[in-house]
Amino acid sequence: MTSDRNPGYAEAGRSQVEAAAEGAPAGSRLTDESESYTLQVNGREESVKAAWLGESLLYVLRERLGLPGSKNACEQGECGSCSVFLDGTLVVSCCVLAADAVDSEVVTVEGLEPGDGLSDVQQHFLDAGAVQCGFCTPGLIVAVHDLLDRVPDADELTVREAISGNLCRCTGYGRILQAVVDVQRQRAGTQP
Amino acid sequence: MTVARPTTLSQAVDALAAMPDAQLLAGGTDFMVEVNFGHRRPTDVVALRRVAELRHHATDGDEVVLGANVTYSQMQTELAEALPALAAAARTVGSPQIRNAGTIGGNVATASPAGDTLPFLAAVEADVVLASPDGTRRLPLADFITAAKRTAIQPGEVISEVRFPAVRGPQQFLKVGTRNAMVISIACCAMVVDTDHRRVRCAFGSVAARPLRPTEAEDFISDALDWDTLDAETNAVDRFAALAAAAAEPITDHRGTAEYRRHTVKVMARRALTRSLRA
Repeated sequence: MTSDRNPGYAEAGRSQVEAAAEGAPAGSRLTDESESYTLQVNGREESVKAAWLGESLLYVLRERLGLPGSKNACEQGECGSCSVFLDGTLVVSCCVLAADAVDSEVVTVEGLEPGDGLSDVQQHFLDAGAVQCGFCTPGLIVAVHDLLDRVPDADELTVREAISGNLCRCTGYGRILQAVVDVQRQRAGTQP
Repeated sequence: MTVARPTTLSQAVDALAAMPDAQLLAGGTDFMVEVNFGHRRPTDVVALRRVAELRHHATDGDEVVLGANVTYSQMQTELAEALPALAAAARTVGSPQIRNAGTIGGNVATASPAGDTLPFLAAVEADVVLASPDGTRRLPLADFITAAKRTAIQPGEVISEVRFPAVRGPQQFLKVGTRNAMVISIACCAMVVDTDHRRVRCAFGSVAARPLRPTEAEDFISDALDWDTLDAETNAVDRFAALAAAAAEPITDHRGTAEYRRHTVKVMARRALTRSLRA
């Protein structure tokens, strides 16, 4: 369940430094592990130093930037637990090369709500009992924000398709779906 | 390790020329899985995500052009009316998160037997356009994919586009898996009933090393079909399905048995054709 199984990551600090190719083409590029790069995460500039450039965005968020909200479960794009926004688009951060996220805006579950409060989706997940073990919850929260920002009045089928890539191994989907409906009602002003 | 982030195709080709061993990164949904699991340790990477010109799609005369960076999400929404079978295929790929990242160029380059857009591209006889310092060349998909996960791409080449003739007539996409989302094909089928050329075009995925085009079955049903009424005798439909199933070269793996896959080809061939014909 950890990134440690990746030998590439284990070698991160001692990878061979390779010289930049001569006659570097136009377009930005990053070379070798000694060079730091900057990510824009939740509205802040975050410097990533001495990192192996093959690291996933998920790994960098969790292990280098201290943002453990995005969960590491499958590392193969199957579970949705590491969902983030990349330039406003919902993606799984395990399938994003962190060094290719430079110049992009990354928003994680930690950055959904400015300040220390909870977003409406987070609050309704709590209120509806949509959190069991909690491992899938951050990814689901991000995915539900994405859906309801795009399709506020999504019907149940649309909601099910939108969260089809977020696996809850506690199988607590009923209350998750209820939480989504509750958010929709509150945002529409129809909550009693 | 160097990561180049070109913003134009020309820069991408130059970056690859400067780093001949670099690996090309599109949506990352295959590539990063291999990196995460230590199956691939890239030395250099040319990341194509920012190459905006590869994200376009258009009709160029009688030809449809899909830039290599067109995502499954784009296909699912922007091409739903023009290319319903391709849009349906895209909709069955992974999750919304995967569809937002994964690209048609990546699907073609990975050349997985289970690549869900590949049967459609095979059915419409798509060409793959490859850019290199020497210019561009076009290769039929059937020649580009040489074996399971093997392609004819040469060092220094970047897939820039997929091109195929605009086709008219009913289109279908069917997929068999263990659920309706987040599933890799046990088998899938794309069909275009090409009313202009009076040709039933179809191809199957995950039932051979490469997208399978059952030409004998196509020849038979294209002759047997009443093209004026878009109707066919039940016997002819059954014969078409049997010929398609006979053409399959399935294997048994963890997703399904060869026997089951052959059965699904028969069912999907019949179902796709029936749905395309006048009720």
